[in-house]
Amino acid sequence: MTFAFHASDWLLLAPELFLTAMGLLLLGLSVALGKTKEDFLAFLATVSVGITGALVAFVATRPERATPILGGAFVVDNFALFFKALVLLSLALTVLASARYVGAAPYPGGEYYALLLFSGVGMLFMASGNNLISIYVALELMALSSYVLAGYFKAEPKSTEAALKYFILGAFSSGVLLYGLSLVYGAGGVMGLPELAKLLASASRSNLLMLGILLILAGLLFKIAAVPFHVWTPDVYEGSPTPVTAFFSVGPKVAAYAILARIFYVAFAKFHADWGFVVALVSAATMVLGNVAALLQSNVKRMLAYSSIANAGYALLGVLGFRTEWGLWGILIYLLAYTFMNFGAFTLIILLESKGYAGESVSDFNGLAKRSMPAAVVMLLFLLSLAGIPPTAGFIGKYYLFTAAMKAGYAWLAILAVVMSAVSLFYYFRIAAAMFFTEGSPAKLKSSYALSAVIAVCAVGTLVIGVVPQPFLEVLKSCVLGR
Amino acid sequence: MSDGVLLTGGAGVLFAVLAAVALASAIAVVVARSPVHSALFLLLSFVLVAAIFILQQAEFVGAVQMLVYAGGIMVLFLFVVMLVNPGVTRSEKSFQHQWDVAVVLLPIFLLPFLYILGTEKLPDVPVKAEAFRMVGTRVVGNTEAVSWVLFRDYLVPFEVASVFLLVAMIGAVVLGKRSLEKMD
Repeated sequence: MTFAFHASDWLLLAPELFLTAMGLLLLGLSVALGKTKEDFLAFLATVSVGITGALVAFVATRPERATPILGGAFVVDNFALFFKALVLLSLALTVLASARYVGAAPYPGGEYYALLLFSGVGMLFMASGNNLISIYVALELMALSSYVLAGYFKAEPKSTEAALKYFILGAFSSGVLLYGLSLVYGAGGVMGLPELAKLLASASRSNLLMLGILLILAGLLFKIAAVPFHVWTPDVYEGSPTPVTAFFSVGPKVAAYAILARIFYVAFAKFHADWGFVVALVSAATMVLGNVAALLQSNVKRMLAYSSIANAGYALLGVLGFRTEWGLWGILIYLLAYTFMNFGAFTLIILLESKGYAGESVSDFNGLAKRSMPAAVVMLLFLLSLAGIPPTAGFIGKYYLFTAAMKAGYAWLAILAVVMSAVSLFYYFRIAAAMFFTEGSPAKLKSSYALSAVIAVCAVGTLVIGVVPQPFLEVLKSCVLGR
Repeated sequence: MSDGVLLTGGAGVLFAVLAAVALASAIAVVVARSPVHSALFLLLSFVLVAAIFILQQAEFVGAVQMLVYAGGIMVLFLFVVMLVNPGVTRSEKSFQHQWDVAVVLLPIFLLPFLYILGTEKLPDVPVKAEAFRMVGTRVVGNTEAVSWVLFRDYLVPFEVASVFLLVAMIGAVVLGKRSLEKMD
């Protein structure tokens, strides 16, 4: 292996380096400022995520990013940049949605924002990871920060339970993933994904390799909460502080799709016939179980947890579609839409949560239309989008995913997905019916500027992508991985 | 053992013995009733793994294994054992009530693994250990070879790991610290 560092490599890592530095700064400042000045810390965290976004835009203009950097450990292609932008979007929304929630809680805010930023660093590295080691280390950085955030409200038994379950199952799945990575490394002897792809192109199908691929797949399916690796999701989503839940449902999942796509599209594409069968079964089981279980929930956070499991099933259709570039394209579109609509729905729960865990049951949505018409209408928009009704972003995302599945020869799965989307209407409309047709508490709804801004951004995103999808589709098409 | 495996002859026998005892003591860590016995078995397994590293001519990794695991981490475990009063945990059985499930599931997962790992022809490993210590065209010492890999090939993942450790520390403090009101 020829190896060379270029000074420009570090320039291309500017977003990651800057975000790490800001995480450290927040940690130091929180000691100096204490609990009373937390709004400033939230403001600083938002600004740092914004500047990191600007740095990502700057990196996009550099010609040096055409080749992998730092000896092939990382790559800054359009695909990575798209995921970095999406991760930063979800990070910024989380910080804004957290400001009031964490400020009112008796827990330190500085460490909270610092942990969010560090998990953001992990996700940025995940988007760029180009060899097995850098991908694994970045994934673990993201995951460890997530475990702590899940248990951040440590006086709440539910939050501690969520953290413990997430940690134990997460550590176990990381072990499975790592074992798979080691078997693939043992079979090939190389760490880099392009080198692995080159090697596998001439390699024959061996059981050792298949076992490695299967274990890697299992480890990653855990991270995106697909059946049968989904059991942690409802408990963790219910127990974690709601802004953290909103974050879990978008950021880490999006980053996990980035590495799932990169590993399976770049390195393992040749063995599509072998793992495609497994993914098809998992996808079908995930869609059915997620949607059916969601029907039975009365807690909105749990319902949205099962809905996000179902959504993971839809997105796996795109993974199946890796034979054509439609699969990857569909995933990108869907994840963009999903970030807006899912985060928006969770932000409405944050808005309704007055104290502790109140505001989480479906009945807390009763009469929302009377209390605040805009809030009810926006929630309806998110629900329509989650159900995949036009003209919303969710429809566009599902359309491309289902088309990708058809083109890859999985028509039966696409039909199942459409049927399951119809099932999902039932539970989404339970919330809608509660908002518009039921009498509820007359208490006035109090929002904050930050929360209103988050909801506005999510609503505009959901609607604009749904009404004028063309520009987004064009941009995302240029972000598809080159084989 | 097929051709091309690093350890043959006497070294191979030594490896088999070391590996078998290391595995046995690792199982004993879980099975032992007394935490002190568990800790001692863990120490034994750490030392044996260090010996295996040295047998593979990876002196640096072996030394690190001794210093960090058998030294530092072991001291940490011993502190915990001292603080939690082993007598109380001795009769704890809460982790053993799923034996029946485990007995059914274990063969289902273990047998395919053993079959694959047993029948698979593994890629050839260079017989000469020097091949692992090549930097460019130069053969260097084991410690130098490790440092080349760590601080050049995987420099940034190495640094990411340091942020990871920082997060672990913050997490331990945040979750372990008593709340502010109680401290007043």
